[in-house]
Amino acid sequence: MFKSLFTVASLSLVSASAFALTADEILAKKDQVTAEELGKMIAQEADRRDIGWSTSSQKMTMKLTNAHGESVIREMRSKNLEIQEEGKGDWAITVFDTPADVEGTAFLSYTNILEPDDQWLYLPALKRVKRISSRNKSGPFVGSEFAFEDLSSREVEKYTYKYIGQEACGELECFKLEAYPAYEHSGYTKQVALIDTAEFRSQKIDFYNRRNALLKTLESSDYKQYLGQYWRPHTLFMQNHLTKKSTTLNFSEYMFKDPNVRESDFRKSALKRIR
Amino acid sequence: MKKFVLFGLTAWVASAAQAVDLSGYMGYQGRYFLHDTLMPGQSAGAQHALILEPEFQYDWNNRRDQFTFVPYARLGEDDAKRNHFDIRELNWLHDAYPYEVRVGIIKDFWGVTESNHLIDIINQTDAIENTDGEDKLGQPAVQVAYQADWGTLRGYLMPFFRERTYPGVNGRFRAPIVVDRKQTEYEHDLGRMHPDIALRYSHYIGDWDFGVSHFHGTSREPLLIPRLNASGEPVLSPYYQIIDQTAIDVQATKDAWLWKLEAMTRSGQGDRFYAAAFGLEYTFYDIKRTGIDFGVIAEYSHDTRTNFAPQTILDDDIFVGGRVTWNDIQDTSLLAGAIIDRDTKERYVSAEFERRLGQNYKLELESRFFIGAPINSVGYFSRSDDYVQLSLSRYF
Repeated sequence: MFKSLFTVASLSLVSASAFALTADEILAKKDQVTAEELGKMIAQEADRRDIGWSTSSQKMTMKLTNAHGESVIREMRSKNLEIQEEGKGDWAITVFDTPADVEGTAFLSYTNILEPDDQWLYLPALKRVKRISSRNKSGPFVGSEFAFEDLSSREVEKYTYKYIGQEACGELECFKLEAYPAYEHSGYTKQVALIDTAEFRSQKIDFYNRRNALLKTLESSDYKQYLGQYWRPHTLFMQNHLTKKSTTLNFSEYMFKDPNVRESDFRKSALKRIR
Repeated sequence: MKKFVLFGLTAWVASAAQAVDLSGYMGYQGRYFLHDTLMPGQSAGAQHALILEPEFQYDWNNRRDQFTFVPYARLGEDDAKRNHFDIRELNWLHDAYPYEVRVGIIKDFWGVTESNHLIDIINQTDAIENTDGEDKLGQPAVQVAYQADWGTLRGYLMPFFRERTYPGVNGRFRAPIVVDRKQTEYEHDLGRMHPDIALRYSHYIGDWDFGVSHFHGTSREPLLIPRLNASGEPVLSPYYQIIDQTAIDVQATKDAWLWKLEAMTRSGQGDRFYAAAFGLEYTFYDIKRTGIDFGVIAEYSHDTRTNFAPQTILDDDIFVGGRVTWNDIQDTSLLAGAIIDRDTKERYVSAEFERRLGQNYKLELESRFFIGAPINSVGYFSRSDDYVQLSLSRYF
């Protein structure tokens, strides 16, 4: 029994690594492909290394800080479902625990790549499920420095890319890429991302607004690896350079492939029983 | 052994009590009427109330079993009828996907439009709370859902009817003679024990969300029949008929546009009649990168009911309104609009503003004006009931 489980596990590791490329292997192709192709290869590799997590659940604490340094806290729980079907993005459901007046409010989202996402909001006081427009990409999520598009599932095909070069990022070496939103109504002209060459994790992203000025910087840190494969940041820090406001998003209690997270929890009909 | 069992039980109760999640709010509400009263006995000027709505939740079996208890109380009003207690929810839910069962006192909402909740019928309207029809009484029911790839079916069996609430002699928003619930009559011999049933199918395809429903049972809206009570005073007696109502609701979500439709047909109150509410909402998002959203709402309501059915003010009415959402840390929002009767030209103007204060308080301002109702309209009795209201609630 144990042996067979072990065999399956090692087989899947072999199959994953058979397709995986290392940073050196990608850089070896630098002279054969364009900077755009190289950028996309890096994004694809980061995505490929994150295949197979199936479901996850986590707690989120958001700390919103204004220019005077005053801050408020919001707490949420979220669950994610990996969708491997071509042309579809992942599903996510988020439930608010605080502030108390919005406790139980839930947000269900099905990511589509270039089409608008399918989104529903559940208002517990009225027991009302509302289909909402996902046209709002650039607006703030619950008053934070994160826009809706920053929190939407990051799918490769949502952007076009360009490889810029390499630079040090803390103790690591990073690829520097530019990502240009391919979907409509983005608040950004480009994002400049640093992705580490060791594990292809996003370390830092600079967001440029429609006037091509540096608007925000996102730093991802406290990475931990789950199930021997999936890296997740435990801290996201978003600094708005224009307003001087910032938002820190802390993740905890990550759980992968929890049997209590089921596909049926992500259905529209599940919103009326969500807690 | 007995001792052991008792100990075990005590431990279970103690751990359950610890696991009970208490939330909800308590708050102050002050309403100020701008005009003198029209009817003898009505209270004038300011009215003050204390409102309590705690919510107790207990989950087990990985939230596949959920217990909910939501009592509600309004205290301190001048109008004795407005001081009331209700159980908004007291139910057990079991999730056995694809089935789901909810038993007890439940609350559910059907519909999509903003100015008219035409097809929402499971819960009785708690009409003394507000004039917008959004406050509801808890409904005893057994609800069974079946969820499939082709949509969700929900069946409801409602063994006990809840009567609509009405203001008393001291209350505003009433006719010159008050509704006397001691005189309530039912068309059906079983009265309030008539088992009402409902079935709803809902689903979505792409950016279209839709539902089809049927209700058979006691109309949530009564006819109000003038008569004399035991002491020989004139009162309005509620008369509840048995109706069959078939309804649809549709919303198309296209980019920044929401297209909405609710329509129904009802028999059992004179001739079969039809009613519809439809319209759109367009939102300008993140205006000039301020994060502020501005939505424009336009809806139309039409109703072909005759005098054998309870009166509605939304018979041939246009609603135009706007919604501003600041998307700030305090979740500030404003919803304002007017319902305009195309025939009588009377207007019902309303505005609702809300903003969180700190982490746990919420401030709400609400104002409603009833303008230009002619003498033959229901709205005529409310022509002096314009008010502004302030609520301050502590959430926990």
